[in-house]
Formats: sequence, C-alpha cells, structure tokens
Amino acid sequence: MNLNFLDFEQPIAELEAKIEELRLVGNDSEIDISGEIKRLQQKSSELTRQVFTNLTDWQIVQLARHPQRPYMLDYVERIFTDFDELHGDRHFADSTAIIGGLARLEGQPVMIIGQQKGRTTKEKLARNFTMPQPEGYRKALRLMEMAERFHLPIITFIDTPGAYPGIDAEERNQSEAIARNLFVMSQLKTPIICVVTGEGGSGGALAIGVGDRILMLQFSVYSVISPEGCASILWKSAEKASEAAEAMGMTATRLKKLGLIDQVVSEPLGGAHRDITVMASTLQKALVNNLMELQHLSLSQLVEKRYKRLMSMGVTKVQ
Amino acid sequence: MSWFKRLLPAAVRTNGVPKKGVPEGLWTKCDGCGAILYRAELEKDLNVCPKCSHHHRIMARERIESFLDENTWHEIGTHIEAVDHLKFRDSKKYKDRIATAQKETGEKDALIVGRGNVLGIDVVTAAFEFAFMGGSMGSAVGERFVQGINSCLEHKIPFICFTASGGARMQEALISLMQMAKTSAALSKLSAHHLPFISVLTDPTMGGVSASLAMLGDVIIAEPKALIGFAGPRVIEQTVRTPLPEGFQRSEFLLDHGAIDMIVDRREMRNTIARLLAKLMRMPVPLERKIN
Repeated sequence: MNLNFLDFEQPIAELEAKIEELRLVGNDSEIDISGEIKRLQQKSSELTRQVFTNLTDWQIVQLARHPQRPYMLDYVERIFTDFDELHGDRHFADSTAIIGGLARLEGQPVMIIGQQKGRTTKEKLARNFTMPQPEGYRKALRLMEMAERFHLPIITFIDTPGAYPGIDAEERNQSEAIARNLFVMSQLKTPIICVVTGEGGSGGALAIGVGDRILMLQFSVYSVISPEGCASILWKSAEKASEAAEAMGMTATRLKKLGLIDQVVSEPLGGAHRDITVMASTLQKALVNNLMELQHLSLSQLVEKRYKRLMSMGVTKVQ
Repeated sequence: MSWFKRLLPAAVRTNGVPKKGVPEGLWTKCDGCGAILYRAELEKDLNVCPKCSHHHRIMARERIESFLDENTWHEIGTHIEAVDHLKFRDSKKYKDRIATAQKETGEKDALIVGRGNVLGIDVVTAAFEFAFMGGSMGSAVGERFVQGINSCLEHKIPFICFTASGGARMQEALISLMQMAKTSAALSKLSAHHLPFISVLTDPTMGGVSASLAMLGDVIIAEPKALIGFAGPRVIEQTVRTPLPEGFQRSEFLLDHGAIDMIVDRREMRNTIARLLAKLMRMPVPLERKIN
C-alpha cells in the first residue's frame, strides 16, 4: 500500500503501481509499450477525476490532514520572497506552532503569520503538533499590531487541529490570548486576508482568522470542533466522526454556500500535494487579486466593512 | 457512622454520599457542605450557602432580578430565536433540542439581555442561562449580545455580562465559532467608545465563551470556586496524562495566575460592580445597599 494514497484512493494507487511496473518492464525490453502506458495514464487521471468529484465530507477531512499536504512554509517559499522570520511574544516564549515574519508578495512588503505543521515525528513534537500555546497567539498579535503601525497588509495561513489542551496553556490563560486577537483583529487598520490551507480547528484557527477576506483551499476544512470531538460529545463515540463531519458542514464548498467564507481556491487534480507548484501559483494569484481589491478601499471603509460582515454572521429568526 | 444509621440495614444506608435529585420542597441540601438548608432562607441569600458560602448555580432571570434595582429591567432582543439552519441532527434533532430547552427553562435561548439600574446606575446587563443547552453560544446568543452592546453605544452606558456556558453551540457548527468573533468585535467597539465592560465569570465559563467575550472585560470578576477555562479538565487530563493540580481552573487558581481582577461573593456583587462603574464613569459614590 502506498502511503501517499488515502484509503479511498486505493483504486488509483493500484493503477499507478501498474503503470510504474510497465515503465520498468518497458525500459528493459524491446517491445514498445508506451502506447499502453499512455492509455493507463489517461485511465488513471479519469479515475482520479471520478473519485475526486464525489468526495464525502469525511474524505475531504482526510485530504486536509494528508501527510503530504503542503504546509505554510511550503507556500511561503513559493509565493513570497525575502522572508524574515520574527520570533517571540516578548513575554514568555516563542511559539513554534505559529510562526510569522516580514516578506514580499510580488515585491510588496507584507506581514505573514500562520500555523506550521511538522512532517516527521520529531518535527511534529517540536511544533507541539501545531496546537498553539498562548505565546503563539500573542506573538501573532504583536506582529499584527506591528503590521498596522507600518501600514503592511497581513496574510494569515490557518492549519491547526485546534488550541492546546494543556495545563500550562490554561495557566497562561489561552482563553484571553485567543479573545484578545479577535478583539484587536476586528478593528485593525490594515487589510487582512486569511487562508485556510488544511485544518481550521476551532479557537486555535479563529485566533488568526478574523479578516477582510477568508479563503479556503478546495480540500481544506474549518469547524468549531474536530469531527472526532463533536462525535464523542454528541454521539458519545469518536467512531462517528464521519457523520459528525457531514452534519457540521465543514468543507470549503459548503461554507462558501453558507456565506461564511469568500472564496474557494481550487486545488490541482488529486489535491494540493500532487502538485505544490501549481497550488502555490493558484494561491498566489488569489492573494494578489484579493489584496488589490482591498487596497482600493480607504482604511476606515475597510474596517467598517469588516465590522459589518462580522455583525452579519449568524442566522436567527425573529418572532 | 451515627447510631441511627448503624441500625439501618446496609442496603438502605447512603454512606453519606449526597443523593442527587432531592425532590423540590421546603428543604434542600448544600452541594458544598451537605448541610440541610431551608430553601426560602437559601434563596434569600441568593443561593449561597450560609454555612460554607458555596455558590449554587442560579437561573439567569433570578440573577438579573437580584442584581438590578427593582422594576428597572427592560429586556432587549426578546424576539430573537435560534434557527436550525444546518438541519443538524445527532441522536436528536437540533430543532427538538431547542424546543425542549425552551420548554424546560422558559427562555427563548441561552442569553437574556436588558437595560436596568444597579444602585441607580443605568446599565445593560446580560446573563447566560446554563440550563439552556449548557449556556452554549449560537447565533441567537451572539445577536442578543450585540444588541445589548448597541444599546450601550446608543445610551452611552456600561455593559455587564454574567457568563455560565460550556462554550460554542456545536449544533451551529462554524456559525457558532463565528459568534466568538462577532461578540468580541462588538466589545472592541464598546471599548473604542470608552464605555466599561464588566465581565462576571460564574460556574462554569468554558470554551468559546471563555475565549471571547468573557475574557475581554475591563474588569473581570469571578464568583468563588467557579470552573473557568478554555479546554475542559477531562480533555486536558486525557491529553497530558498527568493529574491536574489542585483547584485547577477554579476562580482562585485564575486569580493566582493573574487572569482575573477579583473574586466577589454573589451577595456583594451589586455593591462591588456599582462602586467600580461609578468610578469608571466618573460618577459620585453610589449608595450601597444590603441584599434583601
């Protein structure tokens, strides 16, 4: 079983394995099988298209958490130039789960902030499995306020399972750290674009998720609680995660329909990890376009629009 | 064991474990010290045990009634109700959960908001109803909260909120998460207009409510021994796999860690808040009153 393929991609994986085998045979023998390989490749991409047009919400959750999924720094190196990482919250520590710094987007200086996942076990541990400590939110806040001071737009990358359920995180009042960010971001006088690239997990995600434009990659998810968490509370069993995912409607397309996000950024066939270069360039275009639109507004218009949008969030009935 | 208990056959003994669900009556048992209390007496003391000062949970409406001056309450946003926008269904339909909660509590949703006076100071007060789906915050709570703040902005008066909530309302999924941003943004506006916000954390104040409006008070007050935090203690214990420190996530723990300004006895809440507000609003010293 190829680890780069998820369960539901196994038919594709098998086909790809066959193609690989044929290629090896082809190299050694006189018979020309390139036609056959081409035919199988076509079949493989046809199959991929088929599988990927009928994904369930739970399958999308799995894609959002794909071990090969590009992480923030993969995008940073392809989309931005001149990145200088800035460290620390100036109070207690530096967070490795939320990173940030100055960079240029097509020449224009910007502040970028986001959650960075680790790929190997060692990296994952080092980044606290991307469950930010309070210092992460406080560093983000410091950088955002700096951006406002120097009139730099802010771009945030969201990819976290959620806040850190740890004793120390509570001792250092993570509730306040998250709340403060929501409070400040709602009034910050500079454009803010937020992109959910993988998992948008609850308060940990929202703490860098209040902005003028909320973008989501096609196979990313965003929710108030993980489907496992939701299932264990409401269904009393984490096994029901796929049902919970379906019920919550946490995929990009469903959230776009609900009007909670602005744009779904399409991913290459088979997901962002199949072609990071293409993914990065699509995202870059989306960022540049959105930023250009936002920069047409005066800062007071911008903040007023952001506020109105926040106030419009929610569905109630009036009796 | 008392001589009387010793006479009872083992099957009838209760071993001193407090029995849950004592029928409503004249007498009630304190959840803190187990003392048998005369119900009317306890209620007169705002449901604080006269023996051990244990603060029992109270309904939102009771709280408002005991907090504000008599006959000054004007409720805001009573017409706002929750909608099952996602047709959410777990073991029960969200729609049915709302209906049940409404019937059980007599409230339309988990937050009541209104304008009134506290020792003569004009304020808007909000209180979470924990008995309504665990005081969870969905669209209706968020919208009522914002309308309360809008009333403050309009009349240039302070805002007070008593929280008692398990967090965001999962049945509204991402929409409920967004209520954290919505309520925090409204508080940001209140702050920009130099109007005070006093946040009172009561048992329990957790999750998305703690990580938004509750922690944004100019002054943050907690009732004694209230459970306050973001992640639930059980989740933390399962994650870190070490026993939690004593008193973890209780008011006293938060005060020690610099997270809140003070712990105030419920019976002193009116006087304390009025004193604070009068100073923040540069008004004369309010006339303190004893409860009852």
